[in-house]
Amino acid sequence: MGTLWFVLLAFLIAAYVVTDGYDLGAGALHFALGRTPAERGRITAAIGPVWNGNETWVVAAGATLFLAFPKAYAGAFSGLYFGLIIVLWLLIGRGLALELRHQIDHPLWHQACDAVFCVASAVLAFVLGVALGNVVRGVPLGRDGYFQLTLFHILNWYSLLVGLTAAVVTCAQGSTFLAARTGGELGARARLWSQRLVPAQVVALVILIIPTYHVRHNMLNVFGDHPWTVVFPLAALAAIAAAVVAQVRGSWLRAFVANSVAVSAVLATLAAGIYPWILPAHQGRPFGLDVHNAAAGHHALAIAAVWWPIGIALALGYFSYTYRLLFRGPPA
Amino acid sequence: VSSNVLVDRLQFTLTVTFHYLFPLLTMGLALLMAYLKTVSHLGRDDHRIRPLRKTAGEREAYEAAARFWAKIFAVNFAVGVVTGIPLEFQFGTNWAKFSNYAGGVIGQALALEGVFAFLFESIFLGLFLLGVGRVSPRVHWLSSLAMFVGSWLSGFFIIAANAWMQHPVGYGGNGRAVHLVSFWHFITNPWLPWQYAHNMSGAAMTGAFVMAAMGAWYALNGRHPEFSRVCLTVGVTAALIFSALQIFPTGDQQAANAYKYQPPAFAAMEGAFRTEKGAPLVFIGNPNTETRRLESSLAMPKLLSFMTSRHFTGKVTGLDDIPPNRWPNSVPLVYYAYHIMVGLGTLLVALAVVAAFLLWRGRLLANRLVLWLLMLAFPFVYIANIAGWVTAEAGRQPWIVFGLLRTVDAASPARSVPAGTGIFTLLGFAGLYLMVAVVFLLLIVRIVARGPDDPEHRVAEHGEAPGEPGPEPAHPAPVAA
Repeated sequence: MGTLWFVLLAFLIAAYVVTDGYDLGAGALHFALGRTPAERGRITAAIGPVWNGNETWVVAAGATLFLAFPKAYAGAFSGLYFGLIIVLWLLIGRGLALELRHQIDHPLWHQACDAVFCVASAVLAFVLGVALGNVVRGVPLGRDGYFQLTLFHILNWYSLLVGLTAAVVTCAQGSTFLAARTGGELGARARLWSQRLVPAQVVALVILIIPTYHVRHNMLNVFGDHPWTVVFPLAALAAIAAAVVAQVRGSWLRAFVANSVAVSAVLATLAAGIYPWILPAHQGRPFGLDVHNAAAGHHALAIAAVWWPIGIALALGYFSYTYRLLFRGPPA
Repeated sequence: VSSNVLVDRLQFTLTVTFHYLFPLLTMGLALLMAYLKTVSHLGRDDHRIRPLRKTAGEREAYEAAARFWAKIFAVNFAVGVVTGIPLEFQFGTNWAKFSNYAGGVIGQALALEGVFAFLFESIFLGLFLLGVGRVSPRVHWLSSLAMFVGSWLSGFFIIAANAWMQHPVGYGGNGRAVHLVSFWHFITNPWLPWQYAHNMSGAAMTGAFVMAAMGAWYALNGRHPEFSRVCLTVGVTAALIFSALQIFPTGDQQAANAYKYQPPAFAAMEGAFRTEKGAPLVFIGNPNTETRRLESSLAMPKLLSFMTSRHFTGKVTGLDDIPPNRWPNSVPLVYYAYHIMVGLGTLLVALAVVAAFLLWRGRLLANRLVLWLLMLAFPFVYIANIAGWVTAEAGRQPWIVFGLLRTVDAASPARSVPAGTGIFTLLGFAGLYLMVAVVFLLLIVRIVARGPDDPEHRVAEHGEAPGEPGPEPAHPAPVAA
């Protein structure tokens, strides 16, 4: 049962990274791609209808972690206190900048909102990467299931590296999305950036392999224990190859979808490597939280296994429906 | 109270109170906007159902009103969403021991909210706000209904979590953590239906009084007469319905639940220091916890006993029969919050009755005094709603989960989140929310000043007009439908 919820949680996190990832990336590249106020207006117009729906995946993921692994939720959120509160402030600033930008038609208001949107998006992508890095690296859990990490300990070298990689990956996603959804000079610029960033993201991910092995040796064991999991990294490679081919052919929507698949496959690889841990301790240390000792009671997980898939199926259904409606027609 | 717990409490009080100001209006307006859209979409000149019997001109006015309220709704909803996410996070960041203890049970409600309602609501809001011109009128109407259902479903799951904290049922477990034993009992918690009904009626009342206030404002200014009439008609009618429901049966039953399941909270609410047969109902009075007496009180003899037991001589348990370590931390806070809520609620019903009578007689627009009162009443609806929540939350103290887990044992361990860290983030939230409040008020004032006829400021504009092709040639690979 715990394993099932591990998979469902990994799915939600991947859904969040794939959907909100591209609008975070678009935000981080806001000024690099949108050189004029009008172009920046078109970037926010392109993601305006969807960012909120995208962001709800993180709420669903957080709530599902709370539901299925309350002990891990309590330990991780209190231990990473500073990082998460900063995430909250950034989410507030970014959401308001996006939603309220078009409310006042004044150049200074637009500039202020653009700046908040850009900085918050870039820092968010980075900080979320840092949080992921800390989970992969493991945290100094005590016997009681709690730990303490000061701000500078949260920003350790490995997590900083993951944060930078996360920023590059979301920027690659964002530029590819805008390449598919915008035209004119803005679209041309987005295509140029996408052509650079998709390979750059591959380089960043490859560089990350050795440090990841360094902080968590047993990560590769999963491929020996369960050889079928090799499909995840292979799928990531195939999807990135497909993304590059699509870029060369000029099918930017395909490139965007392929890159999204690649990002999901990378996350799946990571999840397979971490399993069965939800919140691991440092390498070789005790008291890590896994799918058994952090899971909620059996009845809770069994009941939720009934309604949860229904809810997510509905969500996916109307997600794709609204996407189709809003994305119908030529790009902005 | 060790200081890190105090800081955590202050921070949650700030973030939850500030947040709730927004969904309160969102949920109320969602109902009324769904009504406006329904009248505009389904109304016919000869419709069998009376409220739907509208001429083309009236339907047009309802549609225009829905469009205008959508602008207010959009700003309000945005602030509600961004201030809501911190609440879910803070269960983990600041209340880790609570999450650890109760997550196995209330995780159900919060995840149900996150998975069903929140996704539903956010996506349909996108469709509703940006879909003008992109979707058919029918889909647009349906998305307004979906927004209503989504926001009220969200409210339901949140109240389900709170109801369990007020009156835990369907759980089992040891002193360290509880787990769910029966989902059925959890979702059929006797506390839940009345708390939900009372809360949602309060939200609907807020939407109604805000709508009526807007109508009164334009009526007093002599601007936008058609829009003003729609707002006053719908707002005053809804205000009458929901302010009546707020007192009876929902408020009455909610108090009955407190009497039955939370005697300390009920005694504090009523200022009942002593157990009495034939207890009086207190209208005003100052509770003094030093002397354990209610000073300067004005009360109706025997009425409280009648209301709780339907007998004038029924016994009401007072605080003297309850060990002080089970009293709410602040008896006066619970007492005043409750009396402010009830007092304002009573005055608001009276105003709604007068306004509805004048509306029925067709004399409301001529009565400037009542229009003034309607215009100024809406902040007090917010105060009454918040006071109600303070009653519920402060009344439950010293428990975070009534009878099971004390608030002092529920915060994150001080070594993970020391008081200093908490103070920094508390100040950060206070500053950020002050700024958000200023921006929010600025935007709302702008929308109201421009009025419903403002042609260039459409909700649907995120940069360019929807449905129109972009200024540049289409890209070689457009998104396929």
